[in-house]
This record gives sequence, structure tokens and C-alpha cells, in this order.
Amino acid sequence: MVIIRIKGTVMIETLQKFSPAIVSHKMDLKLEAKTVNAFFGKTQALQNVSLSIEKNHVVAIIGPSGCGKSTFLRCLNRMHEVAGGTMNGTILLDGKDIHENDPVNLRRRVGMVFQKANPFPTMSIFDNVAAGLRLNGMAHNGHIAEIVERSLQQAALWNEVKDSLSKNGMSISGGQQQRLCIARALAVNPEVLLMDEPASALDPIPTAKIEELIYELKKDYTIIIVTHNMQQAARVSDETAFFYLGEIIEFDNTKKIFTAPSIKQTEDYVTGRFG
Amino acid sequence: MKKINYEKYHWRKIKSTTMTALSIMSVVIAVIPLFLIFFYTLAQGISALNLDFFIHMPKPVGETGGGMANALMGTAILIGLGCLFGLPVSIFAGIYLAEHGNNTFGQIVRFFTDVLSGIPSIVVGVVAYILVVVPMKQYSALAGGVALGILMIPTATRTTEEMIRLVPHSLREAALAIGLPQWKTTLRIILPTALKGITTGVLLAIARAAGETAPLLFTALGNRFWSTDLGHPMASLTVFIYDYAKAPFEDWNRQAWGAAFVLIVLIFIVNMTFRFVTRGRYGDHQN
Amino acid sequence: MFFAIIVFGLVFLMAYEMIRGSELSLQKFGWKFLSGTVWDPVADVYGALPYIYGTLTSSFLAMVLAFPLSIGIAIFLSELAPPWIERPVSFMVELLAAIPSIVYGLWGIFVLVPWLRTSVEPFLIKHLGSLPFFKGAPYGFGMLAAGIILAIMILPIISSISRDVLRAIPNSQREAALAIGATRWESTKIILAGGKSGLLGAALLGLGRAVGETMAVTMVIGNRAEISASLLDPGHSMASVIANEFAEATTALYSSSLIEIALILFAVTIILNVIARLIVWSITKKFKTT
Repeated sequence: MVIIRIKGTVMIETLQKFSPAIVSHKMDLKLEAKTVNAFFGKTQALQNVSLSIEKNHVVAIIGPSGCGKSTFLRCLNRMHEVAGGTMNGTILLDGKDIHENDPVNLRRRVGMVFQKANPFPTMSIFDNVAAGLRLNGMAHNGHIAEIVERSLQQAALWNEVKDSLSKNGMSISGGQQQRLCIARALAVNPEVLLMDEPASALDPIPTAKIEELIYELKKDYTIIIVTHNMQQAARVSDETAFFYLGEIIEFDNTKKIFTAPSIKQTEDYVTGRFG
Repeated sequence: MKKINYEKYHWRKIKSTTMTALSIMSVVIAVIPLFLIFFYTLAQGISALNLDFFIHMPKPVGETGGGMANALMGTAILIGLGCLFGLPVSIFAGIYLAEHGNNTFGQIVRFFTDVLSGIPSIVVGVVAYILVVVPMKQYSALAGGVALGILMIPTATRTTEEMIRLVPHSLREAALAIGLPQWKTTLRIILPTALKGITTGVLLAIARAAGETAPLLFTALGNRFWSTDLGHPMASLTVFIYDYAKAPFEDWNRQAWGAAFVLIVLIFIVNMTFRFVTRGRYGDHQN
Repeated sequence: MFFAIIVFGLVFLMAYEMIRGSELSLQKFGWKFLSGTVWDPVADVYGALPYIYGTLTSSFLAMVLAFPLSIGIAIFLSELAPPWIERPVSFMVELLAAIPSIVYGLWGIFVLVPWLRTSVEPFLIKHLGSLPFFKGAPYGFGMLAAGIILAIMILPIISSISRDVLRAIPNSQREAALAIGATRWESTKIILAGGKSGLLGAALLGLGRAVGETMAVTMVIGNRAEISASLLDPGHSMASVIANEFAEATTALYSSSLIEIALILFAVTIILNVIARLIVWSITKKFKTT
């Protein structure tokens, strides 16, 4: 077995060598992170993280709490800096550095769903979904109701709320709220969807719904999901990255990570020996 | 596929920057008067301050010079009386709220304490007039003390409560676990631990009371002579400032600034101390 | 327990004593006390309207000046500033609240009023003199001066409570807004909408403070019991008439009338405070539990 200690740009080549899944569609990279270091003040949260994500794939990021997986996710749409953090290294979206452009613009293209559902309490269900459209000046394109309906359908929520669109966004159940937030993120038509433990606060049935949803959404979006639930990662993702102490330990085809990981630490984690 | 509306985006960007600038500007506008008042008082006040100001009595109308020794003394006595009337109630009420205040009654008391702090001080003065001056048939230091005491209650009660709440729960449990009764735990363990915080909180209430003028106008009234008789009118710094500010004599105006300077320095010191002490406390609490 | 009851009972004691103290005037004038415009101690006739008008006008003016500024400060403190700058700025704004009323008054008399008289008011008369608010001579002392001083004095309370209200809104709301591509200001707007009622509460608390403020107002408002639309004209307020005349009230009816004014002030500030505290309470509670 080859030990891949993934560091720096070397990693991409290494990966391509060892992961046939990635090599086969090599050209269609959506997101690339190159030697990303992230900090909170003086504490380093990420060390030399490099990762390439293909278009229309689902990538799961797993690892014990505090391993930097959420931080990495938040670097991808520059939410990390909102929380007062700093980072260096390069992140490319469609080959362009995300730091060259404005974060507001970036976040429209890279949507995010948070750990806890956070609908706007002052808005109705309809307005919650429409919020991003209105902000981004897409409301003038007309069809706002159409887009709201489509987004809610994509989020598998339409049938449940179509008769109560004017109700407050907080009035529905937790699982529905989370799907409302997904609809809100989808409404602005992003290219990438970041999901930060989207089902961690939910019961099994709504969790299953969200997982089904991810499978559906894959057709149109590139999805990166952070989860501490390994079965979930195994169920929904094409590739899986294992983070530990701020570093990427292993990144590979999901099946391989869960059946024959190359690195001892990954194996220990996925078999439940620690974490 | 929908395209982002770049023209609008540009406009949104400008709007966001403008609002940020406006927000910063409001901070600047708000801080300007603070500096103006502070430096003007400093500049005017310093020149009025000398030894005479502190140890001499006011000169008769028309003569220059003299000081405010009686007013300094008066303010000290009035504050002392205020503490006497206000503090026992506040501290015990604060202890009660911190120890047993997690019920409806506690909430109501807390609510009324907040409401009490919103009552204008002049109204408190009127009440002290009705309660003390009318039955005594005379303006008196006592009445002023009652007014200041009532005014101290909200601040002192709430800070006492908050400071006691900052004492870690584990400490209380430790004391109870070695068999100390509740009241002894409070008196011997909790209070001494919170003492520093309570003291500065009380100082804050005192500083506020020292700056009060309205409730003294028709209770302690004011006095141009030396008096320590609690049953008679008594001078105070703030009432002196008021009288001297309105007076047409430049020398008196100057002395008013001197008194204002003394007040401001006193209040700033107390506020700084309070902030310093509580910041350390909050830090401990979080860890 | 006993002492807690004292605190609680104090409010009622105050109300009772003042109602008793103003009995004479309540009986004699009834509701007409509120609408009467004549305040004549010689004839022993008292009507409080000029004072009520003065208090309302000066407080309203103060709110118009202070509220937008306070919201701007609150936004800066809760949404924009990093902690190292937020703390000293908060402290400075709070210091503004610690300066005694009398010092504001002193500053008003010797700095603000002369400045208004020599530069601001002539300017207003020249350029906006056609409006009824800016007619008359530039005295310096008057409603405008009172409004400005009051605005400075209520700024700290409105801005610090607004800041607390905005802070009570969880961070996830800001992140949600930013994540769908909102700019800073757009996210702030969503936060402001969430804290709307709390900001109203903060405004009411500030209004309560302005209504009851005595010394600084007395020193700059001009103390003339007239109702005039012009902000440049001297006026009077409820609190300042008590401060000026209470110690000299010669007849029982005179002091009873002044006590009634105090009672009105008391009632108004209590109502404002109760409403405001309930609003602020419920909003901070709401966000704490969710």
C-alpha cells in the first residue's frame, strides 16, 4: 500500500495516479483548493489542504470534531473571513481564484446550507425563498413565483407547503425548515452547494429525505457536504475526504475510503476506533 | 439560466459602502460632544481649581474668590445619607434576586427595578419633598438624602445581583456540601467573593447620585454657609453649579466649571474602575 | 424577600403620595389642567399645556436627531466593528451617559447656546426662515438648544440597547443572508427587520429619558411658558417648571399643581418604560430560546 501524505500541489498528481475515478474525468474540475491554510487569530485551523472537486460530484468531508472540516467548507465561499478568520493559499472556482472576485458575487455562485436551519424569522416561506432572488436583482426577470416553486420542488418541500406559502418561515418543522433553507440556497441558481452537517439536528426520517434530495440535486449541482455521520457520507457521496487535526489525511473514491483506505488513521476512523 | 444583474450589483455595492460610511459617521458625531464636553470642562475647570476652591467658603455676592468647601462637604454628607437609606435595601434586594430570584416574583421585582430607573429624578425629588420636607416643615439634608437613596436603588440592586451571579456555582455547592447552611454560605462565602464587584457597583450608583441636581433643588435646597445639620438646608456641588452657571458674575461661572471638572473626574474614575473590575470578572466567568 | 418588596412597593408609594399631593389641583381643575394655557400664580390659576407642549416638542426633536444616529452606532457596534475597536467605542458612548445632566447644562449655556446664537440660528433663519419652525430672532436659548442637548443625552441609552437587541439576533441569520449573496448592508437590513420591535423599545426608553430630563433642559430651553411653532423661540417643559418653581410655590394650590405635573411625568415615563422594557425583554428572550 502506498502512503499518500497529501500536502501541497503534489497531491493532485498523486491523487490522479491512485484514483482512477478522478483521472477519468480529469478535465471537468469545478473547485480546486491548493495549499490552503486557515487561521483564527493565531490558531491554525487548516494546514496545507489541497483538494480537487469535479463537476456534478458529491464530495463528503468527514473527520472528528474540530478537525477543520467546517472551516474548510467556509473557506470555499469565503464565510470564514466573516467569522473573523484569515486564510492563505489558492482556491479556484472554474479555474479562477475566488479571492480575485467579490465575496458577494462568489456566494451567489457557491450556496451554503448550515448545520442548524436558519430561515429568516421575519419573512414568510415564500419570501424566504425569494430573498436571494430579490437581493441579487433577479426579481425583475419576472417569474419570481415560478422560481420559488421550482426551488421548493427541488428541495422536495413544495407539496408540503404549497398551501401555506405566506406562513412564517419558522412555523414549519425542523426538517422542513432545513429543506426551506436548501430551497433558499437553490433559488439563486448556484453552481456549487456547500452543506455543513445539514442533517445533524434532524431525526432519521427528515435526514433520509435530505439524503435523497442530495442524490437528486447532484444532476445540477456540485455538492460538498460536511458530516460526522459516516453512513451518511457512504450513502450520498462519490468521493470522501478524511480530515484530521486540520489536515487532509486521505481523499479518494468513497467506496475505497470505506472499504480499503490507504492510510491507517482513516481506517481507524471509519471503523470507529476513534473519533 | 439566469444571469446576475451586474449593473444592479454595482449599485448594491455602492449602497453597502455608503451605509457603512454613514454608520461610522454616526459614531464620530456621537463621540464629538463627548470630547468637546470633556476638553472644555478640562480647560475651563483646571484654571478655576486651586487650594482655595477646596478649603474656602463661598464669598458674599459680588466678591471674587472663595471656594466651595461647604458644597464638597455637603455633597459628601448627602451621598452618605443616600447610601444609608438606599444601600441596605439594594444590597439585600440584590442578594435576594440572585439567590431566589428565578421565579415570577423575582422577575416582577427585577422589572420594577428597571422601571424605577426610568423615573425622572425630578419626580423622585417631588416625592422626597412630600415624604420628608412637608412633615418636617423645612428643607433639609435628610430629604436630599432620601431622594438620592431612592435614586441609587435601581443601579445598586442590579449590580449587586449581577456580581453575585458571577460567583461560580461550584463555590456555592462546595460550601453547601461541607454542611454550611444557606444563609451562612451567602454571608461568609458568596458575599466576600463578590465584594469587589459589589463595591464598584455601589460606587457607580454613588457617582450617579453625586451628579444629581434636580432632586436636591427642593429637598436639600442649598446653603451658602457651612452646615452639617441634617435637619437644615445643605449645600451641594451640583446645586452650586446650577446657581453659579446662571449668575451674571464671571468668577462664579468659572467656579461652576471648576465644580463640574471635579464631578467629571470623579465619575470617570469610578466608571473606569467599574469597567476594569467587571472585565476581569467576566473573563473568569467565561473560562 | 422583605427588601425586594420594598423596591417593588416604592413605585406604588411614589404614585400614592403624588396623587395625594396633587388632590387639590386635581379637584379644582380636573381634565382642564391638561388643556389650560394660563399659568398664573398671582391669580392662582394653573394650566399645564405650554409645559406639556414644550416637553413633547423638545423630546420629539431629540428623537428625530438621536434615533438615526443611535441606530447607526448600534449597527457599527454589532455588525461592523471588530472587537478591538468595538470595546473602546462602546465605552466612550457609555461615558456619554455618565456625564451628569448639570454638566451638559453648563456646557449648553456656555458653548452650545452661543454657537447656536451666532452661527447656526442666523443660518437657519436666512435659508429656511420661510418655514414656521425657523421664524424669529436667534436667541440661542430655546427649543432647538434643548432638543440638541437632549439628543446627546439620550443617544447612549438608545444606541446601547439597540446594540444589545441586534446582538441578540443569532449569527446564523447573518450567515444565511451573506450565503445567498447579500452585501453587508443587505444582511444588516435583514437583521434590523428581525430586531424591529426591540429597536422600537430602545427608542421608547430614550423617549422616557428625554421626557423626564430636567437640569440640562432647564438651563437652555429659555423657560418661557409660551406655545410657539418656531424651534428658535424659548419654551418651557414639565420638568423644568417643577425645577424652577417648586421651591417658591407659595400657595397650596400652586404646589399641588406642580405635584400634578410631576404625577403626569411619572405616569408617562412609567408607561413608556413598561412598554419598552416588555418589548426589549420579549425580543431578547425569544432569540435566547430559539
